[in-house]
Order: sequence, then structure tokens, then C-alpha cells
Amino acid sequence: MDAFTTHTGTAAPLRRSAVDTDQIIPAEYLKRITRTGFEDGLFIAWRTNEPDFVLNQPQYADASILVAGPDFGTGSSREHANWALLDGGFRVVISSRFADIFRNNSTKSGLLTVVLPQAEVEKLWTAIEADPTTPVTVDLQAKAVSYGDTVVPFEIDDYVRWRLLEGLDDVGLTERHLDDIEAYEAKRPSWLPTALPAR
Amino acid sequence: MPKTLAEKVYEAHVVRSTAGEPDLLYIDLHLVHEVTSPQAFDGLRAAGRTVRHPELTMATEDHNVPTLDILKPIADPISRAQVDALRRNAKEFGIRLAPMGDRDQGIVHVIGPQLGLTQPGMTIVCGDSHTSTHGAFGALAFGIGTSEVEHVLATQTLPQYKPKQMSVTVDGELAPGVSAKDIILAVIAQIGTNGAAGHVIEYRGSAIEALSMEARMTICNMSIEAGAKAGLIAPDRTTFDFLQGRPHAPQGADWDAAVEYWSTLRTDEGAVFDAEVVLDASTLTPFVTWGTNPGQGLPIDGVVPDPADFADEGERRAAEQALAYMGLTAGTPLREIEVDTVFLGSCTNGRIEDLRVAADLLRGRKIDPSTRMLVVPGSVGVKAQAEAEGLDKVFLEAGAEWRGAGCSMCLGMNPDQLKPGERSASTSNRNFQGRQGKGGRTHLVSPSVAAATALTGKLTAPADLIGA
Ligand code: SF4
Repeated sequence: MDAFTTHTGTAAPLRRSAVDTDQIIPAEYLKRITRTGFEDGLFIAWRTNEPDFVLNQPQYADASILVAGPDFGTGSSREHANWALLDGGFRVVISSRFADIFRNNSTKSGLLTVVLPQAEVEKLWTAIEADPTTPVTVDLQAKAVSYGDTVVPFEIDDYVRWRLLEGLDDVGLTERHLDDIEAYEAKRPSWLPTALPAR
Repeated sequence: MPKTLAEKVYEAHVVRSTAGEPDLLYIDLHLVHEVTSPQAFDGLRAAGRTVRHPELTMATEDHNVPTLDILKPIADPISRAQVDALRRNAKEFGIRLAPMGDRDQGIVHVIGPQLGLTQPGMTIVCGDSHTSTHGAFGALAFGIGTSEVEHVLATQTLPQYKPKQMSVTVDGELAPGVSAKDIILAVIAQIGTNGAAGHVIEYRGSAIEALSMEARMTICNMSIEAGAKAGLIAPDRTTFDFLQGRPHAPQGADWDAAVEYWSTLRTDEGAVFDAEVVLDASTLTPFVTWGTNPGQGLPIDGVVPDPADFADEGERRAAEQALAYMGLTAGTPLREIEVDTVFLGSCTNGRIEDLRVAADLLRGRKIDPSTRMLVVPGSVGVKAQAEAEGLDKVFLEAGAEWRGAGCSMCLGMNPDQLKPGERSASTSNRNFQGRQGKGGRTHLVSPSVAAATALTGKLTAPADLIGA
């Protein structure tokens, strides 16, 4: 995973709540067995059916920060939703509330999810609608979103932040604790099932 | 200190706990399907890693599988490539796979319980959000993304933070024709589509205790539709009776030891929940959704809501967008909504009991000639059981289609899809835009409402059929 320290780019206002993972990328685009190329499915139904959908507007075509309504990423566990956003050029999603699995996946895929109060989301929407070229900076080091004269701090779990700043992969970190895993395994009850063909 | 059921299961699996870091949680069972696993296996290969415990891992083919001609190669080359990738990976890494045509094949959340692999007190994960289904047995079961699939394959553990605790207490008795599906749709309508974010839900109360295992699975299945990390129910006699004798359930002295432990898996008196929701089962009627998220549901006696009546601006906008997509007008009685397709199946309602309930309503009747009904058993095992009971004939004689096992129209990755503008009554779990096919419109319902709707061609409660 790529490290994330700070990112500056333009932002697109997605004025919708409960954007589910089927809207971010529908099932038919999940058949790919590689880890890249998912931009073709990103918001495909809205991009196809709604000419004035925000990402169809040229002024937002190059946005790399998505500013969405509450409950972004509800639904399926597909990490493909993260990959589609990354492949589609986004590095950050801002919302007042995310679905758990989406947010957790984002910490593994290197997409930064930033939680801001809804009132701050509304202010940011207003600013980027008034001037779509407004540069927005998301600084993970400083834990702040800034644009124009506005600086909005955000909270993020310290451990997650450290991992993102370093671009560390979890498997490698866990492998440092193999002793603990082995000790735990030695104590597991013998009657727990295995998936080997049944008797 | 008194503990909740979920806390007990969680704490029993902590491998390592250090301040300032997530806990490392041991995973007892890892279920794998073709859609969310290929990149994880690629990751293992790229790093030269192996699967730490192939014997704690089980794979099946479900999302892409066609439900017709199941013994032929999959016609769609991209679906076939994904299934082939799983077959190669299972072979290379030594994982048991139930492929198409195998008697153990089926939707991943149907086969775990069916085989007795899902047991109380376990931690179970799968690259699939409806892994919460397995919580019906008192397991802590949750969906994960592909990076985490790779992590579990490599280490049999996951870094986790202890979730918050929510209780949903349902007391009272359900009226005839009202089912577990109606309970969970009512819960989601009450707390909202992400209202349980960060929480594990424990379902409790007399109405929950009275439910069969199939019905409990229906409820836990849709925990994710309320945004919960997982949902679970304390194991009891019903749980043990369901498990005893299943292929992977413990036997003999092991069985006794297991039951003794399982019997301790209850929330202690005085344990504290971070949030509590209470529902009276006796007031519930069949529930249907009118919108494009599972929280947009109402009792079937209601009318399509008027967006102007929503106080919250976000909800109002969401309702407007939903009605436009669904092609519905505010004020229309829900019972007047005509459907083209009825889908009975999925990991929510594709088990034997669901098929029985629907067949009972269809027996000796004919479905509406302008309505198509697709019956898709959740697994090959469910299909065989239904056929042994003659349910396939009931469906076929009523004019429904009887298909092979898989996810099917729940998400339309196989050819079973709605056409643009088509409307379904579906026993699945998600009514998201386009979920069942591009432009398709979904109303979530229980199996008995599905069957009643197939008979009339309009959203119908089973009680409406009396005298019909
Ligand atoms: S039946 Fe539907 S919800 Fe269940 S696992 Fe399959 S696609 Fe997912």
C-alpha cells in the first residue's frame, strides 16, 4: 500500500446520503481477478444515466477528493469499492459518517477516509460548488483539512494513522507476533471443527 | 464484571492485546468465495506466503454460478475465469472447495451452518458482509475486505478493535403470517441503514428465543443492513438440536464438552450495552421496502411516503431520489404496487424453512400469469431436501421456476437479472439501485409475502389470501 502523508487536489461534491457500495461499483464489475482497472465501474449507473451527475461535469473531472453525504459506503464488504475510487483518481473521501467495513478497507487499501461534522461538509460543499478549482489539502500528519482560509481538524485513530503514514502492510506487522499466535493455537479446544472432508 | 455474549466470544479469541494497538483476534473459520478472494491469493503468492491453516478454511462457488445448466461450463467467460481462479487457488493452497455440482455447494452462508461448521462461540469471517448470518449460532461472525482475507489466509488472525454493544430486544408473539424477515426489516426501518455502525447487535427477548435456527439466521443476516459489525443470538436448546449430528459437529465426549461450554455463552445479568432498542413482536405486520435502501421500509398496510413529510433534509432528498428511481408516487397504497418478478432465495431466505412457507401458500394455486417467480435454493443440500419433500413440484405446478443453488438474482452476477424498469418482490437483503440488474427496482419482502405476491401480481400479505 502507498503511504499517505498529505494530499492537495480539487474536490467533488457528492450531495447524496447512504451511497452504497453497489453504487460505487456494481456487482458485474467485480468479476475481474486483478487488483487494478476498476475505474470502469466507478459510479457507472449514475455516470451513464444522469448527465448532470457531479462526476460528469467537466469542472469536477479531475477531482481527487470526494466530499459525500452521510453513511458513505454502506452495504457489501467489497474492497473493490475502495479500489474503484483509487483507480478513478481519488485519494480521499470526506463524509460525516462511513459504513464500518468500507472505512476499515480504506485503511488497508490506502484510500484516506476523513470524518468531518456534517456542518463542515456543508461548508466545504458550498466552497467547492462556488469555485470548483479550490485547492483542498488533506494533511494526515497535521490531521487537518484546509481550503482557502479554513482549517478543519479531524480525528483518526493513532495506530491507523501511523500505518497509513508509513504505508505498512498488516500481514508483515502481524507476523512479528507469531509466538503469540502459536501459544494461542496450543490452547484451542480440540473439538473445534475443521473444514476437511467430514467423516 | 458482567459481560455480554459478544464480549465473551471476543475475549476468548484475543491472541495479543497491547495499549495503543488493535487486538489480534484469532479466527476459527474462514469461508471463501470466488469474488473477493482472487486478489488475496495473488497477494500471498507475490509475498511467497502460504495459507497458515487450510483446514480452517472452506471455499465455495456461489456468486457467479448460473442456476440453469449447472453441469455445463459457465457461459459468461469472465464469470468462468473467476470461478476457475478459485479452483486453481484452492488446489494450490490445499483448501477444501465445494464446486458447482458438488453436494456441499451453495451460498457460503447457507453451507457453513448446513455442514455444522458454524458453531457457538466461534469467530468466523468471510469476504462477504452477510457473514453476520452465522451469528445466529452465537458465533462472532463478520464480513471483511480482500486485504483482510489475505491477512487471515496468511496468519489466521485479524487486527481488531473491540466493537460497541447494542441490544435489540424483541418480546411478544408474532401474528400468523409475520416472520423473522418482518422483525429485521422493522428493526432496520427504526434504527436506519447505518444506525448500528460500530456495534455488534445481540438479538434477545422471547420472540427471538421462539424462533427456529433458519429464522434466527434471517435476522442476523441483515444486521449489516443496519450497519452493524455483526449480529448474534445466544445459543440454546434450539441451536444444539440443529447442530447435533451434522457432519462437522462434535461427537460423543467432544459433543458434551462443547455443549457445556456453549451453555456459558449468554450475556451476564447486569452487562451494559452501549445502545438498546426494544420492539414488540405482537404489533408487527408484514413489512415491505418502498425505497432504495433497506431502512426505507413500512408495514404493508401503509402507503408510499411523501418526501415532504421527512423533517431531515438528507432523508427528504434520499426519499425523493428513491421514489424517482423506483417509479413510485407518494400516497400509493403499497398493496397496489404491481411486480413483474418474484425472487425467493438468497442467504437471507433461501433455506428449507423459507421454501416450505412459500410452498404452503402456493400449493394448489397458480401464480399470476403476468408474474414470473424464480425459486433458487440456497444450497444443493437445501435443493435436495426440498425435492425430497416434493416442494419442487409445488412450485412448478404453481407456475414458478425451480432453479439450481446460488446467489442468483440477489445480486445478478449470473444471468438471473431484472431488466431496466422491471420490479421485483425479493426475499433477499438489498434493494439498492440496480442491485438485481441495471435499472431494476426491488421491494424486499418475507418468503410468505413473496409467495402471496406471486399469486396476485401485487404486493400482498399472506393474510390477504384468506378467502381469495
Ligand atoms: S445471496 Fe446475496 S447477499 Fe447472500 S452472499 Fe449471495 S450475493 Fe451476498
